[in-house]
Amino acid sequence: MRIERRLRQPWWLTVVVPVVSIAVALVLSGVVLFLTGHPPLKSFRRIIDAAFIANGALTETIISATPLIFTGLAAAVAFRMNLFNIGGEGQLYSGAITGAAVGLLMAGSPSPLIFVGMIVAGAAGGALLASIPALLRAFFSTNEIITSLMLNYVVALVLEYLIFDSHSYLRDTSGFEANVFPQGKTLPDEATWSSWTIHGLVLPLGFLVALAVAVFVWVLYSRTRFGFEVQVIGDSTRAGRYAGMRTRRKIVAVMCLSGAIAGIGGASQMGDFRHQLDPRGLRDASYGYTGIVVAALARYNPFAVVLVALLIGGLTNAGFTLQGADFPAGLVGVMQGLILFCALGGELFVRYRVRFAW
Amino acid sequence: MNNSLVVVVLASGVLYGTPLLYAALGEVLAERSGVLNLGVEGMMLMGAVMGFWTVERMAGPTPLVLAAAIGVAALAGAVMAAIHAFLVITLRANQIVSGLALTIFAGAAGLSSYLGNDLNLAGKPAKHQFQEVFPTSWQDLPVIGPIVFGQSALVYASWVCVALVALYLTRTRLGLNLRAVGESPAAADAMGVNVSRYRYAHTLVGGAFAGVGGAAFSLSITPQWVDGLTQGAGWIAIALVIFAFWRPTLCLLGAYFFGAFTALPFALQGHGVTVAPELFQTLPYVATIVALVLVSSRAARLRFGAPAALGLPYVREER
Repeated sequence: MRIERRLRQPWWLTVVVPVVSIAVALVLSGVVLFLTGHPPLKSFRRIIDAAFIANGALTETIISATPLIFTGLAAAVAFRMNLFNIGGEGQLYSGAITGAAVGLLMAGSPSPLIFVGMIVAGAAGGALLASIPALLRAFFSTNEIITSLMLNYVVALVLEYLIFDSHSYLRDTSGFEANVFPQGKTLPDEATWSSWTIHGLVLPLGFLVALAVAVFVWVLYSRTRFGFEVQVIGDSTRAGRYAGMRTRRKIVAVMCLSGAIAGIGGASQMGDFRHQLDPRGLRDASYGYTGIVVAALARYNPFAVVLVALLIGGLTNAGFTLQGADFPAGLVGVMQGLILFCALGGELFVRYRVRFAW
Repeated sequence: MNNSLVVVVLASGVLYGTPLLYAALGEVLAERSGVLNLGVEGMMLMGAVMGFWTVERMAGPTPLVLAAAIGVAALAGAVMAAIHAFLVITLRANQIVSGLALTIFAGAAGLSSYLGNDLNLAGKPAKHQFQEVFPTSWQDLPVIGPIVFGQSALVYASWVCVALVALYLTRTRLGLNLRAVGESPAAADAMGVNVSRYRYAHTLVGGAFAGVGGAAFSLSITPQWVDGLTQGAGWIAIALVIFAFWRPTLCLLGAYFFGAFTALPFALQGHGVTVAPELFQTLPYVATIVALVLVSSRAARLRFGAPAALGLPYVREER
């Protein structure tokens, strides 16, 4: 068997391969279910029903998918330039902290103003955190994978500190119960982001912002000089530098953009869904890490990120809904992992031609 | 004297550092061959759940059961690592994404949780667990008693592993070949070293070490099974590898340093000093970043830095 690099990648392969990958992943998940004594087809039907078909399921799926679109886009933006920002997790926390703080500070202002304030604050919070690995990478060529990963933990701990171990502005200290079971202050009603209902489908503001960001990223990367330079530098930093591109600036800009997108995701968590800082909930959801998976599955294409996020979000949502004695916990993670493995393996067939010659 | 803060922190630093040490040793082996495996957390959880399962279901004398459990945990870790190895070595997939996928697949909301629930393991105390090896009279010796003699067999075994891995890397032909594969696979290939085989072997052994590290949680530190038992230790182990400049002996120091920081806030509370544990626990991460920046200069990187081919697939025809 020989594996040769394809000189040209046929366009249809980029569609066929992911579809086949997902099909193979479903078959493998079926095998896992079968081996552990669960009926595969029935379980799948229940998952699809709970994710997309049942009453209100799609609304719930959008809620699960919204943060994944943000973190997926954040990862896609950076990974396109071979900048491996795996700090989306921390940048999302950071955006949640700043977003919540602004939401609380601006209590009493008109709602649209608060929304804008929270989005800007979230973006700033995420970008600020991302600027640390960015600057270290640009000026000391420190590996951004590790620094961004480490900062995830630092911010997660800071978040716990703010809510559980200090008397910070963000912590709810009113009343007896809030002191015994620490929790974040609830945002005022006017800071609750709007949502629109179309035929029973609820579209939260955060979801629409996420779609807008996807369009923005697509335009930026395929229609502007900035995007062109990013892709050149991604393919070959040296070539970029010889052509007179400012690689350091680009690293910082792309990394901060990535952080800002993840940060808006954090602000959306506060404004749209959670309305108070919830360190454990945010950590358990691990939107940042899943976002990387979403970006990889989407092959860093912003529109595909939206689709994949809806798929993975649907799975997550089904996992929540079906949780119970007869539905194996952890199945959702297993399925997400298998889909990813298959997609990663399938990538080989896009990039290479496999020949069977004896 | 043995209740003094320093002794307590060091003794529990060794306890909490041991799973990190095993996992980090494994990751050193994998990364030295050029394979970055971010799936450590998943592999540890699989080791933890399968080790615990063995202890629950196997009959026999405690030492035998525990030995079998460690074997099963190592096997579980290695099987998980095999998925990653196949994807990144044979199929040339992106190592970062594949490692993350492994953590999602096997991690706290994945296969380890699935198995833990399906095998009905949650919420039970372990039937057998690792105990202190030495008699109490030894453990009462001042200072070294709790730190050196108050530990379980897992700790002493980890010291042997550190020595073996260190000797293997720097004093054997195989270790030399391994380092060549990680630094310059093309040169190693030209020398007649089978790059893929080396990478497979060390990624798998690395997974086995991570599995044992996970079992250290479910059989020694918190002898039970709950979802996500390792609480991010796998990620700390990855940080530790960098903190230790890819050297097994420094992993030992680093693991106990990280372990001590986990233990310090609780020990301080025992002495009536209340500090925010979270802020203390950020220090190892910040220290890792600082260490990484310090070795980022070109000269330092050649001496202390990551294996040059870390994260890159090797394809003979594509140089």
